[in-house]
Amino acid sequence: MKLHINGRDLEIADAAGERRLIEFLREDLDLTGAKNACDIGACGACTILVDDAPLKICIKRVKDVVGHRVLTIEGMAAPDGTLHPLQRAFVERGAIQCGFCTPGMVLVAHAFLLKNPRPTRDQIRKAINGNLCRCTGYQQIIDAIEEASVHYRGAEAPAQAAEPAHV
Amino acid sequence: MNATSGKGWRNDADAKVTGRAKFTDDLKFARILHAAPAYSDFVHARILRVVTEAAEKAAGVVRVLTAGDVPGANRFGQIIRDYRIFADDKIRYHGDVVAMVVAETRDLAIAAASLVRVEAEPLPAVLDAEEALRPGAVLVHEGHGSNLVNTHRIRRGDVREGFRQADFVLEEEFRTQSVEHAYMEPEVAVGVPRSDGVIEVYGSMQHPFSTRRFVSACLGVPLSGVEVVGTPMGGGFGGKDDTAAIVCARAALAARILGRPVKMMYRRDWSIRESYKRHPYRVRYKMGVTKDGRITAVRCRILADGGAYCSVTPWVTWRSTVQCCGPYVVENVHCDTLGVYTNNVVAGAMRGFGSPQMNFVVEQMVEIAAAKVGISGVEFRRRNMVRQGSVTITGQKLDGHKVAMGEVLDAVLKETGYEAKLAKCSHGASDSEECYGIGLAMSYRGVSLGAEGIDSCTAIINVQADGSILLEVGVHENGQGAESAMSLIAARELGVSLGRIRYRRASTSTVPDGGTTVASRGTIMGGGAVTLAARELKQKIAEAVCGRLRCRAKAVRIAGDEVLGRAGGERIPFDEAIRLMFQTQRVPYACGVFKGPPVSWDERTGQGDAYFTWVYGCQAVELTVNKRSGRVKLLGAVAAHDVGRAVNPEMVRGQFFGGMAMATGYALHEEIRSKDGRITNLNLNSYRIPRATDLPEMTAIIVENPDPLSPSGAKAIGEPTNEILAPAIANAIFHATGRRELALPIKMSALPDEPPDDECRL
Repeated sequence: MKLHINGRDLEIADAAGERRLIEFLREDLDLTGAKNACDIGACGACTILVDDAPLKICIKRVKDVVGHRVLTIEGMAAPDGTLHPLQRAFVERGAIQCGFCTPGMVLVAHAFLLKNPRPTRDQIRKAINGNLCRCTGYQQIIDAIEEASVHYRGAEAPAQAAEPAHV
Repeated sequence: MNATSGKGWRNDADAKVTGRAKFTDDLKFARILHAAPAYSDFVHARILRVVTEAAEKAAGVVRVLTAGDVPGANRFGQIIRDYRIFADDKIRYHGDVVAMVVAETRDLAIAAASLVRVEAEPLPAVLDAEEALRPGAVLVHEGHGSNLVNTHRIRRGDVREGFRQADFVLEEEFRTQSVEHAYMEPEVAVGVPRSDGVIEVYGSMQHPFSTRRFVSACLGVPLSGVEVVGTPMGGGFGGKDDTAAIVCARAALAARILGRPVKMMYRRDWSIRESYKRHPYRVRYKMGVTKDGRITAVRCRILADGGAYCSVTPWVTWRSTVQCCGPYVVENVHCDTLGVYTNNVVAGAMRGFGSPQMNFVVEQMVEIAAAKVGISGVEFRRRNMVRQGSVTITGQKLDGHKVAMGEVLDAVLKETGYEAKLAKCSHGASDSEECYGIGLAMSYRGVSLGAEGIDSCTAIINVQADGSILLEVGVHENGQGAESAMSLIAARELGVSLGRIRYRRASTSTVPDGGTTVASRGTIMGGGAVTLAARELKQKIAEAVCGRLRCRAKAVRIAGDEVLGRAGGERIPFDEAIRLMFQTQRVPYACGVFKGPPVSWDERTGQGDAYFTWVYGCQAVELTVNKRSGRVKLLGAVAAHDVGRAVNPEMVRGQFFGGMAMATGYALHEEIRSKDGRITNLNLNSYRIPRATDLPEMTAIIVENPDPLSPSGAKAIGEPTNEILAPAIANAIFHATGRRELALPIKMSALPDEPPDDECRL
């Protein structure tokens, strides 16, 4: 079976298909940005993108993403470490406190902005509604997403995630 | 912050936004084992035997540990040592852990943990704080003699005389609920046996030094034999103290016994079942006021359900006692506070620490009183609030800092256009489906531990030969940005660029015990220590380079990464000054110790200088209540807090918003529900914390009055933001509907068709 993660193809044994996806990413690939926080898909800390759509993976198996394009937080920055404009906005707008929800929050915002690069603040609230944050009250997260949205506008330069820094 | 851009700065932001930051569960260790706790289904029972044989034989199990395996102390506690690493004599609440299963994988450990059985003699459970105090009540701790954990009192003036002077006497009873911190990262710890015999502990806890005390006591080894390593942590809010430390102790115990790294990673349901909560309160409150709106007396009785173990109940209830009249001057006060054992989930520290409950009471009482007198709540507050030089209800004169109560109130009134909006409130009568209301609340808050404990903190600044700087402070990064604040304070005080400073994440073996990162004390205490260390270092640099600069040491300054002598005189780069120091065998190293200024307390009368300084805050909220459904929709919230000096403004704003968000949950939907002592909402689907769509746009007004007693000028912000929005919401709901809500969480139902009497309109 083939996985496509952060721009790279990965061959895995068929038996691995039944493994919990979050465990596979975290343990086997050391992609620990996706966090375990509820185990039931209630909080969004484990969010990754599959074909640019958010997926809460604590309740998914490896086979669920076989043949699809997977993006984890580790694939957002450029290979040289340069932050994606959305990540930079999170940093500069004070949208990060403990950081445990941050990877999922950045990814869900990325998926949303790819579809809607001119959002209202209410639309942003709805888009991140499935991702819980206990530190920030979401205010500066929404500020960051709003600020970064300009980078998603215009057909000439869609802010696709760069090819991976590492898998 | 990035001084040129004016944008936020955090030393750990890049790591966190890229997923590189390694939290405890992200760390990898060779040959690691996994541990899972075993619970029983008892709520209160005398243990006869913990049966572990079946679990021991289960697949992958390496060992099952119980109380008998603890080589040192099985009981610990910061005040009373009643909390167990493993339940030994009794089960006292549903979250008591009877054993720990250690296995080759986490799944196998969890599977085997369900095979642990407890043979026990069930006992009646006492689940109500009032009942727990009745004569003949079942005792949670027989050896303690009663279910009373602690009392506090205030005896000021003559309340009988005070009530005689009153034209109106108002009396109400308030109740608040048990709530969960709901940090996004559940408890987790890894114990690692090191080749030198030291047990290393990585864990999600906000209290490395007390964790070390518990671990060393549990293992029966000296403090130097345990090293607790600071690790990025996914939120605490006061909640990663006792329970988190116990999880660390269990992991360390297994690692020590088995000689392999052991991880104990909590599931959310275990976390909610076992971890301590914010205390539910029952408060009877009586207030006397004159016709001209002056408070003459307050009598109150505060009853706090501390659950099965003491934890920090005496300290939490102490703050409630000191602040039981809110930021108002009252000459006659009689307050009795009781902390009580029950068989409910343990209650302990949570952001606010005894103030959210009391502010919910006081900030509604003043509005009830104002309405009775016939003046606005704002005017009533102005007539009674603390001002420069006021004397508090504990006899403390507020003259060591700027008393900014009026300043923050005015800021919120102005920002919201409060008075005009108050006139538009529905009071239950509205042409549309929605009733509109605005409300506010304010508080003052004693900063840091106060007379609760010994207050000091240490910082080490260690300049390297190339001019780069290592900074270490005895405060912990809980997610709030403590490391960044310490770095900013160091750079500013030293007169060097931020880029030079490398915050060295401290372990308990490298920096002296700086106390706990609680009580909103991180910035004021840690920042104080950093400032003093920086001043000592500058002195050393000045002495080393004054000859070269041809001036006296006193004239030497550092600014813009340069060391300067007399105005217009010589200057050398900072790096050059440091090179000079090393060449002359002077070490650019300084250790600063900030001791909290003196406080005092007389437990008999409840009088004394409770806290060395105070902060002032005010918040207002606008909302609508749907007449048919009772649904509350928040439209906007504004907060003004005096923070002393805002070290990292974007992070200060983050504290505002996060605290206010958490308070909306407290006000409107958060509640630990339980049936017969067993919690029923054990995960984040059923324990509902605020989501982005639950919250309104929020405005933060940072008020700065640098505090003369704080070396860095900074005071506190973490808890103040979380302690007044619930009463502001209650007051706004009153202005919208005419209904007074005296219990949390506020559960609104459909409104009656007839609006209430005009009398309650103010």
